[in-house]
Amino acid sequence: MQPIVAFEDLGRSFVVRQKAGRLAREKKIVRAVDGITASIMPGEAVGYIGANGAGKSTTIKMLTGILVPSGGHVQTCGFDPVPQRRRLAREIGVVFGQRSQLWWDLPLRDSFRILAAIHRIAAEAAADRTEQLVHGLGLGALLDTPVRQLSLGERMRGEVAAALIHRPRLLVLDEPTIGLDMISKERLRHFLVAERAERGTTLLLTTHDMGDIERLCERVLVVDHGRLVFDGTLEVLAERVALQRVLVVDLPAPHSDLMVSQASHIGSELDGQRQRFAFSPTETTAARVLAEVSSQVGVVDLTLEEPAIEDIVRTLYSHA
Amino acid sequence: MADATVWTGYRTLVGSRIRSQLAYRTSFVLLTLTSAAVGIVELTELYVILHNVPVFGGLDFTQASVVFALANLGFSLADVVFGQLDSIPTLLRAGQLEALLVRPLPLMGQLITNDIQLRRFGRALVALVILIIAMANVAVAWTPSVIYLVITTPIFGAMIYGGLFAVAGGLQFFLIDGAEFTSSFVYGSSYAGELPGSVLTLPLRVAFTFVAPATITAYAPALLILELPGPALLPAWLGWLAPIFAATTWLLASLAWRAGIRRFTGAGG
Amino acid sequence: MRAYAELARGEFRRYSSYRLAILAGVFTNSVFGFIRVSVLSAAIATAGGSIAAYSAREVSTYVWLGQALLAPIALFVWTDIADRVKTGEIAVDLSRPVDLQLGWWLRDLGRAAFVFPARGLPPLLVGALTVGLALPRSWTALPLGLLSVTLGISISFALRFMINLIAFWTLDIRGFVGLYFVLIGPLCGLFVPVHMFPESLRAVINVLPFPWMFQAPIDVLSGRVLNWDALHVIVIQAAWLVVLLVLGRMVLWRATLRLVVQGG
Repeated sequence: MQPIVAFEDLGRSFVVRQKAGRLAREKKIVRAVDGITASIMPGEAVGYIGANGAGKSTTIKMLTGILVPSGGHVQTCGFDPVPQRRRLAREIGVVFGQRSQLWWDLPLRDSFRILAAIHRIAAEAAADRTEQLVHGLGLGALLDTPVRQLSLGERMRGEVAAALIHRPRLLVLDEPTIGLDMISKERLRHFLVAERAERGTTLLLTTHDMGDIERLCERVLVVDHGRLVFDGTLEVLAERVALQRVLVVDLPAPHSDLMVSQASHIGSELDGQRQRFAFSPTETTAARVLAEVSSQVGVVDLTLEEPAIEDIVRTLYSHA
Repeated sequence: MADATVWTGYRTLVGSRIRSQLAYRTSFVLLTLTSAAVGIVELTELYVILHNVPVFGGLDFTQASVVFALANLGFSLADVVFGQLDSIPTLLRAGQLEALLVRPLPLMGQLITNDIQLRRFGRALVALVILIIAMANVAVAWTPSVIYLVITTPIFGAMIYGGLFAVAGGLQFFLIDGAEFTSSFVYGSSYAGELPGSVLTLPLRVAFTFVAPATITAYAPALLILELPGPALLPAWLGWLAPIFAATTWLLASLAWRAGIRRFTGAGG
Repeated sequence: MRAYAELARGEFRRYSSYRLAILAGVFTNSVFGFIRVSVLSAAIATAGGSIAAYSAREVSTYVWLGQALLAPIALFVWTDIADRVKTGEIAVDLSRPVDLQLGWWLRDLGRAAFVFPARGLPPLLVGALTVGLALPRSWTALPLGLLSVTLGISISFALRFMINLIAFWTLDIRGFVGLYFVLIGPLCGLFVPVHMFPESLRAVINVLPFPWMFQAPIDVLSGRVLNWDALHVIVIQAAWLVVLLVLGRMVLWRATLRLVVQGG
């Protein structure tokens, strides 16, 4: 079977002109991506994590045909992305977390119709598919709202629907859950899991959120300064770096330390009114920890702290 | 079969855009009025000048209006189609061009249809009206070649101005913050094109005939229509070569556009 | 280390792109200046050397001063105030002890002062070096001219201020901004000196504030009107300024009433 995405010593450098002294300007070469080799097979769900500026977005741009590599090769769906951009665009769906692909002042419904037309989908098939996506992502009530009036969570769901209208083989998401509240995140993740199960769409997702990885991905690529420092399953990563997420719960009143199975109580503040629980994402989920806590005492508010990518990377280096 | 539906994409988008513009009735009316007003306002300049002198560049008011209207019609038609390329620097800065690249359509086509402005037709309409009135009042022999010129000049003019818009568009990828530079030959040509070419000083005349062929969009053909000779370096017969000038402008445009996209996708290093 | 690279890159890009923008602006401004000089000189040549007391040299001065003053006098309306009305932040501004109109007026003067050397002076130099400018016959043209320019900027401000206030009634003022710019062009002497207009039109235009914000400063600065005549112009400018500022305050008062009524 042919890989659906293949990187071969992929590299991308930028030339930066900086002032060196009064008048001189020196050229510095910044390697945003520095020799990444990896293959993604059809049907896989891959998470691509790294610190800001580590090269994630640059890689995405290269595999979607927006940026030309300055070294090495990339093949997406069998195409050379930049020269065969338009043909590639029929096979992939892309969601840019911080940039919208929808038409800002048109109703959501129009964006779907236009995209269906652009992708040359026959009207009836388009209507069916849109209906399916709208239902799956809960967009029914929002179809006539202009996109600029949607909340971030609503808009992201719209973006994902828009990216899937033409049933692409590969769905690429660049920071899709950034800035979303918990409920929206979960809704999106739930939908993506269902979509994959039904259609076998390959998923490539860059994110800062371990929850995304935990829910959606079987495989994780960790990139640091343009290089791949880890390529394996989440389990292995969790083991290697002792991956821990922390659930912080606020209780209505001071409380004694709670006990939760598969999570360790790592701290209490305000006399136990705020308590912190660390758990490994491969052993349990935030939802289960929360459920256990709630069964013992009412929870007023909660936060999830993700492991810092920098810490993960540092640990990976120190183990290597 | 597949190609038949390529246009459906464009059609649907343009349709949506038009509907959304018509929805904001007062804003649309105002903007269309403004568009129409531009043409009339620019004509006042010619009017005032010709109030002070009997002929301007060898043309009286009606004759100068013919030049003005032909150029204006050509430019406003080009503006309707290609005017959106002006927004490239804004889109570049907002990072919205990438969204266009992941769609299976050419970038130029998307930019043209992405935010098509109905109101720009206002200016074209006014120009057409002025042209009709001017042609009705000017002393001209209605030969077949004159009819040919009157009909084709705005079309070739639109192609020339459109080509200039496209050159500007391609250059925006290199200039980004220096984008205003392109206004010099896009809007400068629009201005120079409306004038009798004989009033331009020699260096300007050469620039706006052989570099950015503004005088070919109206003045030279008008000289042919009015059977008048041209000034130095701008003989009337250049007016017959409008299609050639349009072709060369578009050649330049495709080079600039291709270079611009290569630059944007980083292929230019 | 990386962070410094990014910072340096950003700083440098900003500095050089700013320079690039200025250069591009000056170039385009100059091209338009050359075309206008060409047009008007041709007309004057046909007329036998002078139209409305403009010689070729003097009309060149008129054009280049006009190009230089385009940016400071800001015929194209900024929408800063209107934007704040749209987002509702205007309520914060109105509750401050600084008067809204006077505050923005001072800001506008500051903007003009900053913009003039960057975008105003270069085209003037281009004109002086290429086509040649006619110098005023008396040194008094300079101080009086600067005073006239300041009044011109202020009159323009007063008008722009009122246009922005339309946002209190219709939120999207882009249509009005566009229409304003297109209409006042000829009326303020942007294309052709107002003095060249036919007698009847000229009489009407001079009753409006528009020529007093653009044509008038050019006349004073170029020395077309000197000493007492210049003072006469300045007095009219000042009178218009007062009228427009007062009008602006009245509109502002009604606008704030509307704001209160809407519970904004």
